[in-house]
Amino acid sequence: MKRRGRYVVAFDSLPVIISAASSVGKAEGEGPLSQCFDCVNSNDGIGSSTWERAEASLVKQAVAASVKKAAVKMPDIDVAFAGDLLNQCTASTFGLRDTDIPLAGLFGACSTFALALFMCAAAVDTGAVRLALAEASSHFCSAEKQFRFPLEYGGQRTPTAQRTVTGAGAALVAPEGEGVYITHGMIGRITDYGVKDIANMGAAMAPAAARTIADFLKDTHSQPGDYDMILTGDLGSVGSDLLLEIMQEEYGVDINNVHADCGKMIFDSQVQDAHAGGSGCGCSASVVCSHIIPQMKENKLKRVLFAGTGALMSPLSALQGDSIPAVTHAVLLVAKGGGS
Amino acid sequence: MEPEKYAKKVKASAPASPLLKNCVKAFFFGGLICLIGEALFTAFTEFNISDRNAAAWVCISLIMITALLTGIGVFDKIAKHAGAGTMVPITGFANSVAAPAIEYQTEGRVLGTAVKMFTIAGPVIVYGCSAASLYGFVFYFFIQR
Repeated sequence: MKRRGRYVVAFDSLPVIISAASSVGKAEGEGPLSQCFDCVNSNDGIGSSTWERAEASLVKQAVAASVKKAAVKMPDIDVAFAGDLLNQCTASTFGLRDTDIPLAGLFGACSTFALALFMCAAAVDTGAVRLALAEASSHFCSAEKQFRFPLEYGGQRTPTAQRTVTGAGAALVAPEGEGVYITHGMIGRITDYGVKDIANMGAAMAPAAARTIADFLKDTHSQPGDYDMILTGDLGSVGSDLLLEIMQEEYGVDINNVHADCGKMIFDSQVQDAHAGGSGCGCSASVVCSHIIPQMKENKLKRVLFAGTGALMSPLSALQGDSIPAVTHAVLLVAKGGGS
Repeated sequence: MEPEKYAKKVKASAPASPLLKNCVKAFFFGGLICLIGEALFTAFTEFNISDRNAAAWVCISLIMITALLTGIGVFDKIAKHAGAGTMVPITGFANSVAAPAIEYQTEGRVLGTAVKMFTIAGPVIVYGCSAASLYGFVFYFFIQR
């Protein structure tokens, strides 16, 4: 593990994502990526008596699917880095409590999955961890309950609002094996351009995404054209437009041709009433695990810079009038034969 | 980028709410609820209920219908289109009490349902009662005499 430039870390041993899987809810299963997901639940209750337990069930399903795909056993996993949006990260903890896997809970809001992949790659790169689990989840209903209004409340959403994805993604990272390499990563800086509108998270997160992507390109002396895709987590349509503008104006970099956003992929905004797109930890986790990594394994995508975006406010900080700090963590995913 | 400059950029890039469409829908749905109220009022007076009591029965009926529609998960689907049309009449108030009551059942009858029931409607009660008291005070001491 070596530092490249100011912020980027290179994982010299080339940790590999040997398997990745996801589990999602009903709306996600009806979206454009319906065929990709490993497990689609027909209702968002997932046989649980509370939304919080339903989210924990998603975690269980995604982890079990990833373990099965890799043909390993739960006790083989040396450490799990997992997180979600609920207070005290209960979905991850409750979802993993019967597994006996050593767990380090993470909070990075919607950037959690990118952060978890970074932590797994770093842990495996030390040589002391033989198999690491990255996991992140979110649930529309539990997120609404914690951050917004009760489900049955008859309110209207603004066009800039995003829909929290009901989904979980889990990936196993090992020192070697068949799969997708994590060659570089970086932990992002907190960026706050003063946005206070909690119904426009895309706008709050876009500056953080721009900063991390610009830092990454600078530190690795690379150009947008060197990537098949620069993938942001959940900026949605509003945040994505802002990202492209900020990249041009502040950093003089044009990423239009390679930029994609998980939040824009997961729902069909015209049909699914998702407004500006999907959001939540489960958004990028499920899209990366079930849509991006499989394409990389088939060599359809070779180099993907995955920049997970997170808005770090709490319901309290929003009520107290504070602006929304955001962060973006990035990992570079490289397919076999995709260059170093 | 300075917050002011970015705020302008955000405003320019955010799609605007369809104001005219929302207003027309709110007018239609709000009017429809009033129409239902009037129909109920007429029906109640037909049964020899006094005007004063009939008005109370209309309120009770609308609250009951709203609570029922909220409970079976229909109200929010109507309200998504109706907006202020369902929020401004007494239906909005009833929904804002019923919705958290349902949502927080999982935290128990006391600390869940009962505590959280007024998280949305609470401010309406507090400031509604305060305004009513102030108005009553002014009316009693200065206007009535």
